[in-house]
Amino acid sequence: MASKIFMPKLSPTMEEGQISRWLKKEGDEVQLNEPIAEVDTDKATMEMTALESGVLLKILVPEGASAKLGQIIGIIGKKGEDISQILAEINSAESAEKTSFEKEPAQPLETAETVSEQPSTSTTTVEDGRIFVSPIAARMAAEHGIDLKTVKGSGPGGRIIKRDIEQLLAKVEHKKEIPAVLPQVFKPAEATSVSAYREEATTPMRRTIATRLAQSIGPIPTFYLTVEIEMDRAIEFRQQINTRLTEEEKVSLNDIIVKAAAMALMKHPFVNSSYRDDKIRFYEDADIGVAVAIDEGLITPVIRKANRKGILEISREIKQLATRAREKKLQPEEYTGATFSISNLGMFGIKQFTAIINPPEAAILAVGSAMQIPVARNGNVEIHSIMHVTMSCDHRVIDGATGARFLQTFKQMLEDPISMLL
Amino acid sequence: MAELTMRDALNQALREELLRDERVFIMGEEVAQYDGAYKVTRGLWREFGDKRVIDTPISELGFAAIGVGAAMAGLRPVIEFMTWNFSILAADQIINHAAKMLYMSGGQFNIPIVFRGPNGSAYQVSSQHSQALEAMYANFPGLKVVMPSTPADAKGLLKSAIRDDNPVIFLEQEKLYGTKGEVPDDPDFTIPLGVADVKRQGKDCTIVARSLTVPIALQAAEKIEKEYGVSCEVVDPRTIKPLDIDTIVNSVKKTNRLVIVEESHQFCGVAAEITAQVNEKAFDYLDAPIKRISSAEAPMPYARNLEAAALPDVAKIVAAVKEVCYL
Repeated sequence: MASKIFMPKLSPTMEEGQISRWLKKEGDEVQLNEPIAEVDTDKATMEMTALESGVLLKILVPEGASAKLGQIIGIIGKKGEDISQILAEINSAESAEKTSFEKEPAQPLETAETVSEQPSTSTTTVEDGRIFVSPIAARMAAEHGIDLKTVKGSGPGGRIIKRDIEQLLAKVEHKKEIPAVLPQVFKPAEATSVSAYREEATTPMRRTIATRLAQSIGPIPTFYLTVEIEMDRAIEFRQQINTRLTEEEKVSLNDIIVKAAAMALMKHPFVNSSYRDDKIRFYEDADIGVAVAIDEGLITPVIRKANRKGILEISREIKQLATRAREKKLQPEEYTGATFSISNLGMFGIKQFTAIINPPEAAILAVGSAMQIPVARNGNVEIHSIMHVTMSCDHRVIDGATGARFLQTFKQMLEDPISMLL
Repeated sequence: MAELTMRDALNQALREELLRDERVFIMGEEVAQYDGAYKVTRGLWREFGDKRVIDTPISELGFAAIGVGAAMAGLRPVIEFMTWNFSILAADQIINHAAKMLYMSGGQFNIPIVFRGPNGSAYQVSSQHSQALEAMYANFPGLKVVMPSTPADAKGLLKSAIRDDNPVIFLEQEKLYGTKGEVPDDPDFTIPLGVADVKRQGKDCTIVARSLTVPIALQAAEKIEKEYGVSCEVVDPRTIKPLDIDTIVNSVKKTNRLVIVEESHQFCGVAAEITAQVNEKAFDYLDAPIKRISSAEAPMPYARNLEAAALPDVAKIVAAVKEVCYL
C-alpha cells in the first residue's frame, strides 16, 4: 500500500515549509531515514527524511513551492503501484477545502511519528460527502456559523470533536484582535498606476518576522528607556583582555555588553521574566538572544546561562553561532527560548534606536555605537566614548523604575568593568 | 460526627430504627445469636431480644415470604440475606409478591420491607457467590434499589429505606464493610432515596460509579488529574431506582464525556440504562461515545488473577477516560 509523505514540523514555530530542493526524483529508490528533500522553514534549511523505504512515486509539491504543516507533498510506495485512488482522494479533499470561508491550517504535528499516523484524520472526514462529528462539536459549529466541511477532525476516523471547534474558534478570535484597518490605510489608489513594480514571494522567515513583530506591537504595552554610557573604561578593559588572546580569540565590545547585561539581569529578576496572563515566570539564568543579521533577515542565537560564563566563553559561542546562523545551520533549540535579547547596530554607525520585544521575553536592549563626543565635566570639555542604549520594556511586568534600575546597574558595570568580577 | 466503619454505620442505623419504631424487626440467617455473618447486626439481639431480632433456618424463600406477610400485617421487616446471591432462591417472594402487592391489591396493602445484605464480588468466592444483581432487581416496577458507597451514605440511606413504605432492595458490599468514614450520630440523620451525590468535582469527564466502584473511580480520577491534567467529576447515584438522572445529565452537559463503571455484567445492565437516558436527555452535549466498564461477560473465576482481571480497576478507568477525551 502506497503512503503519503506529509510536510513535517521541522522547527518549533514553523507553520509551513518551502521545498528548496528535492533530493530524490520520481521513480527513485528511497531508504528509511534517507534524506529526500531540503525544506526551508521559517528559520533554517532542514533535511527531511523518509519515514519508510520504497520508491518515490509522486512529487506533489514542486521545488520552490510551499506546503502547510501536515500537507501531503508526495507519495511513496512499491515500484509501479497504482496510486490513482490516493490522488483522487487528495483532489476531493482539496476541492472540499476550497469551499471554506476560513481555511483551518493543518494541525501542528509535533514529531515525524505522529505525522505518519495522520492520514485518516485529514481525508476521511469528507469521504462520500459524509462528515463525522460529535454532537457537541456539531452544536458548537452551528452556533458559531462554522461550515463543518472546512473543519478537519482530529478524532478517530477523522471525527470532528469539541477540541477541533475550540481550536478553530480560538484562531478566529485571535484574528479579530489584529485590527483589520491596516490594509485599508495602505491600500493604493486604484485609478492611476503610479509606478511599475515587481513582486517576489515572501519567504517563510519574512512571514514569521512579520507575524511575530505584529503580535508584539499589538498586545504588548511597550515603553522605552534610554541611557548614555561612558565606554572609555570598557574599551580599555577590552584592549587589556585582547592583549592576552590570540587573533581568533579576540573579544568584541558586544561580548562584554552581553556579559554585563547577564550580570545585571541577575540583580533585576523582573527584567529577566515573562508575563503569562495569570502568572509571571522568572528565569533562574540569563539566556541571552543575540540578534544576528543574515542575508534574508535576522536570527537570534541564544547564549545559554550567560550569567555563569566568562567573557571569552561568551565570545567564542557568539562567533560560532553567528557563523552557523549565516550558513542557516542552526538547530531550533539554538535560536529559541531566550529570556532577554540584545540587538547591536553599533557596527553600522547607528547612534541610537529602539528594538521590538521578541515575546514572551519581557525586554530587549538596543545598543548603538560608542562614539567619541565632547562632554562637559566639572566645567571642562572632555572627549569621551559615549554609547546610547535603549531598552524596550513590556510594561505588564516591568515598570519605569524597575527598568531604570536595571539600566543603572548595567551602566555601572560597563563604566567600571572591574565591578563585573565582584 | 464519629469515624465509623460501614459495618458499624449500618449497625447504628438498624439500632436507631429499632429504637424509633417498635414495628421494625430484623430476620435472617445468623443475624441474632451469631451477630450476623458479617457482624452488621452485632449486639442487637442482646439489646432487643428474640421478638425483634430473629434467627431463621437456611430457607430464603420461607423467611422472605414471612417478611412479606408481616409487612402486609403492618410490621416493617428488615430481611438480611447472607449474600444477595442467595436472594435468587427468594426471587419469587421479592419480584412476584413484594413488588406487586400494592398494585394487585388495588392499593390495600403496601409492603414496607427492606431486603439487605452484601452484593457483588468478595475475596475469591467464585461464580455463585460474587454476583452483582442490581440490574435484575432494578428491572421490576415496584422495587427501589439502593447501593451506598460510604459509611455515612450507608447509614442515611438504610434509615430512609426502613422508613419507606415500599419494598427496598438494599445492596451492600463485603469489601466496603471495613471502610471508614465520618458518620453523623444524629438519630434523625437520613439521606433521601433517589438523590445522587457528586463525590468529586471535575470539568473534563464524568465518571458514574456506584458501591465498590466509587473508591476505585476516585483513585482513577486522582491519577488522571496528575498524569494527564484531565479533571474528572465522579457522580455516585447512590440509589439505582429511582435514578437521579438529572445530576448525571447536568454533569455530562458540563463535561461532554461519560464513563460508567459497574461491578455487574454489562448486557442489559444499569450502565446501559444510564447510557440510554443520557442519549435521550443530553445527546447534543456529547463529544464522544459513552464508555462502560463492567465485569467480564463470564461467571466469576475463582483464581485470584482471573478474578482481578474480570473486575473494573483503576487502569481500566484511566484507559476509558483517555479514550473519551481523545488522549
